Amino acid sequence: MLVASTVALTSSSSAEVQHVSFSPTSSNQESKNSASRNRTTLVDMVIVPATTGQMGVLPGHVATIAELKRGVLSVHEGSETTKYFVSSSFVFIHANSFADIIAIEAVPLDWIDVNLVQKGLEDFTQKLSSATTELEKAEAQIGIDVHSALNSALTG
Amino acid sequence: MAMAALRREGRRLAPLISPRTITAVRSSPLYPTLEDEGPLGVRHISTQVVRNRMKSVKNIQKITKAMKMVAASKLRAIQTKTENSRGLWQPFTALLGDLPSMSMNKPLICADVKKNVVVTISSDKGLCGGINSTSVKISKGLHKLNSGPEKETKYVILGEKAKAQLVRDSKKDIELIITELQKNPLNYTQVSVLADEILKNVEYDALRIVFNKFQSVVSFVPTVSTVLSTEIVEREAESGGKLVDLDSYEVEGGETKGEILQNLAEFQFSCTMFNAVLENACSEQGARMSAMDSSSRNAGDMLDRLTLTYNRTRQASITTELIEIISGASALEG
Repeated sequence: MLVASTVALTSSSSAEVQHVSFSPTSSNQESKNSASRNRTTLVDMVIVPATTGQMGVLPGHVATIAELKRGVLSVHEGSETTKYFVSSSFVFIHANSFADIIAIEAVPLDWIDVNLVQKGLEDFTQKLSSATTELEKAEAQIGIDVHSALNSALTG
Repeated sequence: MAMAALRREGRRLAPLISPRTITAVRSSPLYPTLEDEGPLGVRHISTQVVRNRMKSVKNIQKITKAMKMVAASKLRAIQTKTENSRGLWQPFTALLGDLPSMSMNKPLICADVKKNVVVTISSDKGLCGGINSTSVKISKGLHKLNSGPEKETKYVILGEKAKAQLVRDSKKDIELIITELQKNPLNYTQVSVLADEILKNVEYDALRIVFNKFQSVVSFVPTVSTVLSTEIVEREAESGGKLVDLDSYEVEGGETKGEILQNLAEFQFSCTMFNAVLENACSEQGARMSAMDSSSRNAGDMLDRLTLTYNRTRQASITTELIEIISGASALEG
């Protein structure tokens, strides 16, 4: 699922509107929601997993371009939090309190099956130990990274 | 019923006329003539030729109708994907701008793009109207626009149809040819691998993707999306060109700003490619629908005209028969 989401941040004082527009281009067909969720939602804060660590984005944030590594993206809306697991992506924060998040895959956390994650982790660990070429080692390493991130996202 | 009565008359008179003495024209299988022999040697004008044509035109009509429906169902499947993918490149355009004017000779702006790469997206199969020709025409136009002393333009071709047209006269300018893109349903992974190939093998200052944007089932707009390389972007941002806003953004993470921008440019390219490929596929199906529709309508018109000719021929042969009988009868009396 490819996602580009535009998040605009509200601040109660300046009353600018936050829009979250997710536009997943779903290639995985088990999406229960039908693909396009181009809705505009008011959100208060978004926490993104930047390469330098978790970054909280609030209204009035300075304009930034940041690369994100895979991890959990959480969208805080009033008292509710929705969490998504995103693959590596980019976030552009514009000066007018709009933020664009462009990710290749974004999955709500409750769609992920814990058992499959565990199994995948074991598989890839095994593949790494039995890997011979550099390419296989790299692929196995990537698999391990993704699965352990998924694991920590689900448990943490 | 009238025909039956006339036939009876014919039979009574036929032995008197003795048509057997008249040499009948032998119709060979290679040269079907307009005359053939009926029972008792009565000659009719043949409607066989017209009937054969009618049968084949009717078959063509059925086939084109079926093709139209197939294209319609494929269009429906791919249309939702396309509309969703539009959201992918919009943030990039908001940030970096889509600046096709980067290569025009503007004396005030020093931005001159030396190496242009035109990525032409076309279909593999034919019978889809004129969309591939328009894409090729625009690609050639871009090539001409950017040719000069120091500048050069190269092609990357996706799809058989553009390949056929461009190989003829621009063979030396083609860098990469990729076909059979739609064998498997389109997804991002496939396109990102493609984008990777292109970025690795081709040197570029600006990438221009030429495709047909899908606006509605009957309207496809040829579009050019521009992706600039990082050097140009930085140069523009510093020199105060159109991208001056880019500098106001802080870049987080990574060692240098350049590294992040490099990743950004590559990501932008693959997102725009993904959208372009989907849009072109949609336009292809839509164009095929309208082409097949007009084809079935033409076949229908042809069928109407042939039916008229058939009826006229048939009536003429009946009239001729009647005349022969009646003149024979009157010759006997008179």
